[in-house]
Amino acid sequence: MTLLDADIAFRYPGGGAGIECAWQDPIDDPRVTVFLGASGSGKTTILRCLAGLERPDRGHVRLGDRTWFDAGRGIHLPPDQRDLGVLFQDYALFPHMTVQKNIAFGGRGMPRDAAAQRVAELLDAFGLRGLEHRLPRQLSGGQQQRVALARAVFRQPKLLLLDEPLSALDRATGDEVREELRTFIRTLAIPAYIVSHDRVDALTLADRTVLIDEGRIVQAGSTKEVFDAPKTPAAARLVGIDTILLGRIASVDNGLARVMVGTQEVRAAAPAEAGHEAALCIRAEDVTIALHDTEDLSTVNRWRAVVRTETSEGPFVRVGLDCGFRLSALVTRDAWKRLALAPGATAWAMVKATTIQAMARN
Amino acid sequence: MDWVAVGLTVKLAALTTLILGVVGLPLAYWLATTKRKWRPLVDAAVAVPLLLPPTVLGFYLLMATGPNSAIGRIYGRMFDGAIPFSFAGILAASVLYNLPFAVRPFASGFAAVDRRLLEAARCLGASAPRTFMTIVLPLSWPAVLAGLALAFAHTVGEFGVVLMVGGNIPGVTRTLALAIYDDVQALDYAGANEASALLVLFAVSVLAVTYSLQRRVLPL
Repeated sequence: MTLLDADIAFRYPGGGAGIECAWQDPIDDPRVTVFLGASGSGKTTILRCLAGLERPDRGHVRLGDRTWFDAGRGIHLPPDQRDLGVLFQDYALFPHMTVQKNIAFGGRGMPRDAAAQRVAELLDAFGLRGLEHRLPRQLSGGQQQRVALARAVFRQPKLLLLDEPLSALDRATGDEVREELRTFIRTLAIPAYIVSHDRVDALTLADRTVLIDEGRIVQAGSTKEVFDAPKTPAAARLVGIDTILLGRIASVDNGLARVMVGTQEVRAAAPAEAGHEAALCIRAEDVTIALHDTEDLSTVNRWRAVVRTETSEGPFVRVGLDCGFRLSALVTRDAWKRLALAPGATAWAMVKATTIQAMARN
Repeated sequence: MDWVAVGLTVKLAALTTLILGVVGLPLAYWLATTKRKWRPLVDAAVAVPLLLPPTVLGFYLLMATGPNSAIGRIYGRMFDGAIPFSFAGILAASVLYNLPFAVRPFASGFAAVDRRLLEAARCLGASAPRTFMTIVLPLSWPAVLAGLALAFAHTVGEFGVVLMVGGNIPGVTRTLALAIYDDVQALDYAGANEASALLVLFAVSVLAVTYSLQRRVLPL
């Protein structure tokens, strides 16, 4: 089993939280891991430390029996001696070289025939046939990314690092290219680390998701596990929980807590004893909007609410509610029309206690 | 026209430019890419001839290379001669004095190359020298050419430092600029005029060419 064993501590020259994270990852199966974090969370720095473009202050990075970095032993291999492929944020294609030359750049020392064959193979695999004599500036964003990816995998690296692979593209192209990228990464069968600030990347590309906040790993696990059950408010925010309420557990009865959020009461599975602080995560799609309160429902959380905002989101409408706390709801456009509500109107917001994820805060 | 002086001037400028190419390119690359704290010191040392009167550099060079100095003794043992008042002396002086004219355009040209391209090359297995040859030079050659042209032209026009270190020995250290000075002293205005016109024409052409290569890399 080949293990990537990383323990990285890095201080920025200008101060700040710096990076402090450690993880171990078997990289025999070609898994895709997304490092998800807001911009400025340090995720790109972590990637650069892996690539050897930054030198951490402390710690080590090992791949199998090879040591790439060891602060204690003064080892720091330059990027060209680490066996990895890197896809840069805006691709960093060499502007003075054709597509063909860009792709073959890593092929120095290879026999000419073998290199030419490998280029041909990659041109086909990445759908770049016919573009081999173009210069990078004559390519579309998606084509540039394919060239960059072909170039990065030319030498069949052990590990692929992708820095915000889709952020250089506009939204529509991004969606299209993401789909392509997914296919390519699966076909390449090289384990990949992708750094991204976009949770869609994690949801569509990643087997595993690592959440990064202020240079620390806040949670790591299978993508499903991380998105289903974020363990901290920071993690919840990263995976896109729409409403995070902070409150105090007033009482616990048979495992069900009454949490006071301001003067409102919210029921959820108890994460801790009474008296503790709790964070409650509510997804917008789990919120029901009703015109009247009713006892005929099993739903225990029913709050009187004032509609504050409405925003169109494709077939849905995102509704900002004020229940004494801010609550975001996502309903279909048809339902919204049927209720005939508008900002300023009064309604009821309902959330099943079972859908609320409660976590203890220290 | 003093063709011996012209020949000597061209020889001095060509050799100076050659040496500045060999020494200046790596130095400039280091300056453009290093993150070391003492880089500004090296920057300052390279640029200081721009501010110093040539007599100061000439004076220190004479002191450092005189027959009784360490360098002078070693040189004397190896080549059976002295550095001051020799061609080797004015060559050394020219190289030092012209360092900023070559290194600064080089360095600003290198600094203008997107750093991520260098990082990408390194991540694709290229060593630092190979990255320099395949990425940096092809993307900054106008700056390199500008630096070499400026160094050449400035050496051709150099007066003070050559006079200080080389004296004024016909065929050995008397360059065209010195010949003009001699002509004027001897009231040979026709000779001075000829040589001066040649230098003006030369300087304007070099500057025109370098400016057309790439305006932004020039330190002037």
